[in-house]
Amino acid sequence: MQFNLLVAACLAYVIILFVVAFMVERRAQHGRLGWLRSPLVYTLSLSIYCTAWTFYGAVGYAARSGLEYLTIYFGPTLVFIGWWWILRKLVRIGRQYRVTSIADLISSRYGKSNTLGVIVTLIAVIATTPYIALQLQSVVLAFGVFATGTPDGVTPPDAASTAIWVAAGLAVFTVLFGTRNLDAREQHHGIVTAIAVEAVVKLVALVAVGAFVVWGIAGGVGQVLARIDAAQLSAWQVQPGRWAGLIALSAMAVITLPRMFQVMVVENDDEGHLARASWAFPAYLMLMSLFIVPIAVIGLERLPPGSNPDMFVLTLPLAEGQGGLAMLAFLGGFSSATSMVIVESIALATMISNHIVIPLWLRLRPAAAGQGEDLRGVVLMARRLAIGGVLALGYGYYQVSGGSAALASIGLIAFLGVAQVLPAMIGGLFWRGATRLGAILGLGTGFAIWAFTSFLPSFGPGAVLSRAVFAEGLFGLHWLRPYGLFGTQAMDPMMHALFWSLVLNALAFCLGSLLSFPGPVERLQGAAFVKVFDGAVGPQRWARGQAEPEALLTMAQRILGEEVALALFQSAAREQGKEGYLPDPTPAFLDALEARLSGSVGAATAHAMISQLVGRATVTVEELMAVASESAHIMEHSAQLEAREAELTRTAGALREANEKLTQLSVQKDAFLSQISHELRTPMTSIRAFSEILTEGDLPPDQVAKYGRIIHDEAKRLTRLLDDLLDLSVLETGTVQLNLGLASLQQMLDTALTAAQQTRPERTFIVQRDLPSEAIYLRTDADRLTQVFINLVSNARKYCDAARPELRIGVRQRAGRVMVDVVDNGTGIPKGSQALIFEKFARLTDANRAGGAGLGLAICREIMANLGGSIVYLPGQGGAAFRVTLPLRLEKAAA
Amino acid sequence: MLLVEDEANIAEAIRFILTRDGWRVSHLADGAEVLALVRRERPDLVILDHMLPGMSGLEILTALRAEPATRALPVMMLTARGRDREAAERAGADRFMSKPFSNAEILAEVRAMMGR
Repeated sequence: MQFNLLVAACLAYVIILFVVAFMVERRAQHGRLGWLRSPLVYTLSLSIYCTAWTFYGAVGYAARSGLEYLTIYFGPTLVFIGWWWILRKLVRIGRQYRVTSIADLISSRYGKSNTLGVIVTLIAVIATTPYIALQLQSVVLAFGVFATGTPDGVTPPDAASTAIWVAAGLAVFTVLFGTRNLDAREQHHGIVTAIAVEAVVKLVALVAVGAFVVWGIAGGVGQVLARIDAAQLSAWQVQPGRWAGLIALSAMAVITLPRMFQVMVVENDDEGHLARASWAFPAYLMLMSLFIVPIAVIGLERLPPGSNPDMFVLTLPLAEGQGGLAMLAFLGGFSSATSMVIVESIALATMISNHIVIPLWLRLRPAAAGQGEDLRGVVLMARRLAIGGVLALGYGYYQVSGGSAALASIGLIAFLGVAQVLPAMIGGLFWRGATRLGAILGLGTGFAIWAFTSFLPSFGPGAVLSRAVFAEGLFGLHWLRPYGLFGTQAMDPMMHALFWSLVLNALAFCLGSLLSFPGPVERLQGAAFVKVFDGAVGPQRWARGQAEPEALLTMAQRILGEEVALALFQSAAREQGKEGYLPDPTPAFLDALEARLSGSVGAATAHAMISQLVGRATVTVEELMAVASESAHIMEHSAQLEAREAELTRTAGALREANEKLTQLSVQKDAFLSQISHELRTPMTSIRAFSEILTEGDLPPDQVAKYGRIIHDEAKRLTRLLDDLLDLSVLETGTVQLNLGLASLQQMLDTALTAAQQTRPERTFIVQRDLPSEAIYLRTDADRLTQVFINLVSNARKYCDAARPELRIGVRQRAGRVMVDVVDNGTGIPKGSQALIFEKFARLTDANRAGGAGLGLAICREIMANLGGSIVYLPGQGGAAFRVTLPLRLEKAAA
Repeated sequence: MLLVEDEANIAEAIRFILTRDGWRVSHLADGAEVLALVRRERPDLVILDHMLPGMSGLEILTALRAEPATRALPVMMLTARGRDREAAERAGADRFMSKPFSNAEILAEVRAMMGR
């Protein structure tokens, strides 16, 4: 088979995956996922448990150690059949508290401690590095198999450069799809669907090879069974101790592997899917392992001695001249490797960015927390770099370890590494007494022992640990030998590492927990996690904080993006019975905000960012009381009271606001008349005085001309004022005649910018526009809308106090409505005045009268109301900012 | 005398009328600078607009009346809103005129105040 053909097939396959992922992302954006969120897709995505290790390695494992390979599937099968006890709780907690990764879960459970987040992240990265290397190795081996069978002279690249190409290609694919956006819940529907497709491909491929072996080569089931009987395989003994150990290990790994946690918990759309997966996933595993033994036995029998049993799945069909089948098998193996690497690196990248990069970034630039800089770019960039870094590490391990070890043994090392998280995790889910100190001690101990007895020795004697350490022990202490801790001699190295690391890990965890006292946040989180199904104990509550809503909004915008954040704040404000974008910082609102933010940057960071603004990191007495009183009855009662109180607060808020508005309006009504009087009398005074002067005669001609001009100007001012008043009254009573037609938004903005230059023409403004977004045709009254734009731009020219004034015009479309934002870079409008600026004569300062009477924004508001839209002030944009919203197509009203 | 008025055209008109009648008139548009100028130049009469940037006419008047040196300084208040009269008189204005006024009127008032 041609090597080029193989590469082309790989590329074509990746492109198909790409298209699948892309289309699903598109559907997800429009909320049309439908069957893509079914239990089937969920179950198939779980199959990333079966990596290239299963696909190639299991046959090798069976050829070397008989039925022992089955232990790797028994563990997960047990976990899934018993889903009710652990997985259900895990998924519930994950969904309820928007957990983004396993590091986030542990950090969140133990008082949102970022130290723990960092520890778990490091363990996960180090432990899965060999695992990623394993995938690269399997792809390289598979290419190698085809390369040796190339008679037509195409020389394939050597193993090292194949590995580098594969690693780089996977990094690009993962970056493209895993870091396109920052989802509130860290979900990647496109990737999950692509993974499901890969799951089908690898199952079909393995079953096809198996079927070919059983019916094509051996000649039926009976024949195969006879040969298995005859083969050496059946002679190998079951070792109960090792089997139990491996089953336990794989059971632990299926819960703690970062990629499994990602698909099982983070990407879970519906808890009910677990019930289906509880039998469907074991069934998938069974199908995958069904033909392993036949392939191993026939492979050993047919292929020349010394051929690598890890590659039987490929070499058997090739040896029998089945090029197509070998190609399918190759794609199956390729699927297994790519799906694992993609999800694993996304999961690790999320952890690295949320627990290491972002906290560091915030610490190095603490002032930035309240300012307008967009953090999302930093998060995305951190993830992209982390994905590259993770793959680079995997490649590095592959290079260093020489790619020589059997696939199965590398996999087990990784399993044991991530399993170190288990005691802290299970303890955290079921034992309220578990503490942060215990978790840190347990994780640290387990990780150190794993590194010493399993990970570092895997590089070989003399590589990282010297031969002397292997023979004499660390520091020459005989009881500190990697394969013989505390004098345990006869154990097999894997079981030895498994036993000591997990036993001491659990011991340190329990002792640390018993000897230390949990902090307040920890107690609350512990109660919330352990009793997640009771629903009575909520997560940690914020007391009513001193946070400025505007600062919270600015922060939220940096993380969630402007649009999402504004929508969130607006709906929260509406719930409290307020208008606008700034809700009161009530505990309920702060909790909701924290939950939303932790979906993007993890619980610890979100908590820290809000604490920074609320100005308090400790817990109040009320909250401690809440922990102490656990009686469900009291909780239920207080929940009812709380609901009633919230209702009352909401009503009271609405009433207060209405009352304030009424009072202000009545004051304004009085002020209005007196204002009109003032605005009319002022020009009249000049007119009267100068006309009297002129009547008296006896003046030089140039003065006559000057005074005549003043009279003329003042008369014009009077006319303009009357025009504005009439305009306003027509608009207010709704008797205005709208002149509807299609008009280009871009042209209207052009006209407005040109017209507004008459206002303070000496100032030069930098205007930022995005012309493509403005290429919209609106059905509206173009003159009226332009009038609004002129007003906004003139106001900016008049009142923007920046040294280098800038004006940004942003256009967005959503659901048949157009939003036009006009934002300058001045100091903006003080919060107290934001509600008043749209009222008549509400000119805020007298410093720049520039001819207006303070009716401009009032007229704008009325125009927008007549055009079926609105104009509001947008707080927190770093300057005065107005948002004009109007329908794309205004239909003529009945009136 | 000192004229405090922020509308440039009205200020120009009053100034013209009074200068033609032989008075020496200095003019200010910003309320905040008035007190300092009164202390420095000691005008014989102040014509004060009601609505001013910086410091309102009423505030200036109250401040003038609080200082012994200017307690008796003649002050005429101008306003474009009818209902300000009471407040102005309470604050100690000697004369009060509402806009628009006739030139003869203002001249007569000034003359009367200066005892001519």
